[in-house]
Amino acid sequence: METLLAILVGLYMTAAVYLLLSKNFVRLILGVALLSNGVNVLIFTAGRLTEDAAAFVPFDAKVPSGTIANSLPQALILTAIVIGFSFFAFLLVLVYRAYQDLETDNINELVDAEPNLATPPLRY
Amino acid sequence: MAGEITADENTIGALTATLTPLADWLVVAPLVIFIGAGGLLLVLKKDHALQWAVAMLASALVVILNTLLLMRVVEAGPVVMTVGKWLPPFGITFAADIFGVLFALVAAVVGFFGTMFARQDVSDVECRFGFYTFLMMMMAGVSGAFLAGDIFNLYVWFEVTLMSSFGMLVLGSRNDQLDGTLRYAFLSLMATTVFLLTTGYLYGVFGTLNMADIARKAGEMRETGPLVSLATLYFFAFAFKAAAFPMNFWLPASYHTPKSVVSALFAGLLTKVGVYALFRTGLTLFPVELALFQDGFAVIAMLTMLIGALGALAQDDIRKMIAFLVVAGIGAIFMGLALGNILALAGAIFYAVHSMVAMTAFFLISGIMQRWLGTPFLSKAGGLYEASPLLSAMVFAVILTVAGLPPFSGLWPKIMLVKSGLDLGAFWMVGALLVSTFITLIALGRLFLLAVWRPSVKDDAFGETKVQVELPQWVALTGLCSLMLAVGLYPDPLIELSIKTADWLLNPALYINSVFPLDGKGIGS
Repeated sequence: METLLAILVGLYMTAAVYLLLSKNFVRLILGVALLSNGVNVLIFTAGRLTEDAAAFVPFDAKVPSGTIANSLPQALILTAIVIGFSFFAFLLVLVYRAYQDLETDNINELVDAEPNLATPPLRY
Repeated sequence: MAGEITADENTIGALTATLTPLADWLVVAPLVIFIGAGGLLLVLKKDHALQWAVAMLASALVVILNTLLLMRVVEAGPVVMTVGKWLPPFGITFAADIFGVLFALVAAVVGFFGTMFARQDVSDVECRFGFYTFLMMMMAGVSGAFLAGDIFNLYVWFEVTLMSSFGMLVLGSRNDQLDGTLRYAFLSLMATTVFLLTTGYLYGVFGTLNMADIARKAGEMRETGPLVSLATLYFFAFAFKAAAFPMNFWLPASYHTPKSVVSALFAGLLTKVGVYALFRTGLTLFPVELALFQDGFAVIAMLTMLIGALGALAQDDIRKMIAFLVVAGIGAIFMGLALGNILALAGAIFYAVHSMVAMTAFFLISGIMQRWLGTPFLSKAGGLYEASPLLSAMVFAVILTVAGLPPFSGLWPKIMLVKSGLDLGAFWMVGALLVSTFITLIALGRLFLLAVWRPSVKDDAFGETKVQVELPQWVALTGLCSLMLAVGLYPDPLIELSIKTADWLLNPALYINSVFPLDGKGIGS
């Protein structure tokens, strides 16, 4: 099962890197979304997959009976999902705003922060 | 209530029965204050003066508390606080050693002067859009990163910093800001995603996220675990955040677009968070792996220094020039890491502290300069000396500081780095540092000559369009400049402190033992 999920993570990463190398912002955003989801699956797999019970402690005991599933990776992923989702939302708004104001969604046409100067200043 | 649990009832030894002593709360006090102030400022959205006052109060309070914490740490060793009564490695730990507290203190001081400067730099509209909230949250993220004792927690503070820095960067929404933010946002996200991914691998290998626990388990894991891969991925992610050579391009592409106070705090603090995380993972968690990378870091350090200096020389835009100088400074810090002995590391730590103050001061001054000159471009600038001799003097001071000339603070860390480079026979690196310093000096001399010294090239004199610079801005600039001068004239305390910091970093046992005082008795040992 871990092997299958590891391959899945690899596929996520491949698709994410492919999308991140493109020039359109919509694809870049999809790449970021795939990347963060791929990482989430990775953390889940790295925490080992078990089919054990949930981590509940019976009322009259100090420790759970039997083996329990590792709940830490789930906590990590939950944090990562929240963070990843908020970044995704921010990027969506940012890209839409940039599309409205800069009238392009192509990276090569973004010249406002670093203008392509034809010549250096000729006179000081 | 949790207070009912006693130590003997607690069968697996994972919980503590004692309450955290009040003095240990100092470790998380900066976070509580900054996040609390950030939340409060959301409520006080409309009143600029009140928002500023609250932000100033919070920053001043954190400066005082961090000073107390530093004094305590220097005297009594690292202060550790674990949240929720769970003993390390189960609870989330905050561990303050000199390295973290020193950086947190300087960050708080820089943040204090930045907040002071922001009063006139930020408009009422931007204030309503939450500038001060973003500022406080960014300071919380930076302080949290310096004090975190848990690597996933460090990641979360990185993200807190990043999110609020996006907000500050895009505030104003000019076209070049949108452009700059897009570049910064996508590239920073790559770096932090690599950080998270590596943390996932690390958890899979070690089964723990507590940094001290990782450090003490690394020895036995080294035989079997893929520690070199983990270290490589971490070094990549943090070198990206620190803007070291092959990954430095996002910095000069975005740092010149926002308000000058925002650029100033970014230049002062954000790259240093990357440096801090790199030192922490390299020296505390993976010292053996770091030694393997020493030659690589040497090459990166030399290229970063030279690219930064040459980039600065090539720029016409003053703020882009300063952004490249930030990169050059990162090269000097990396040189300390590449040399790796105690003097070099102390030099790198001193340099990072100096660079936090100097780069913030330079960006703040450049903001006022730009208003006075009416242009960010050197080719059109001129006449600053006629307009304001006081500001010109400050420009001169900050130029000497950044170039590393006496009597300012830039001189001493460079001497320490050069001395340790010569001791170790690393002549190439020493040469690169000196050449980079020389090119920096030429670039800055050009700035002084063109923008300050030569008469105004514009037809209308400055008398008609007199720029208003209010008292808080002068106080902030004077404060930063006098810090640089004071450290330059009397560097002994900071040199001693950096050497002690480097000593602690090279002997992680002290850090580990302070997190696990019950070693041998507690669980997991």
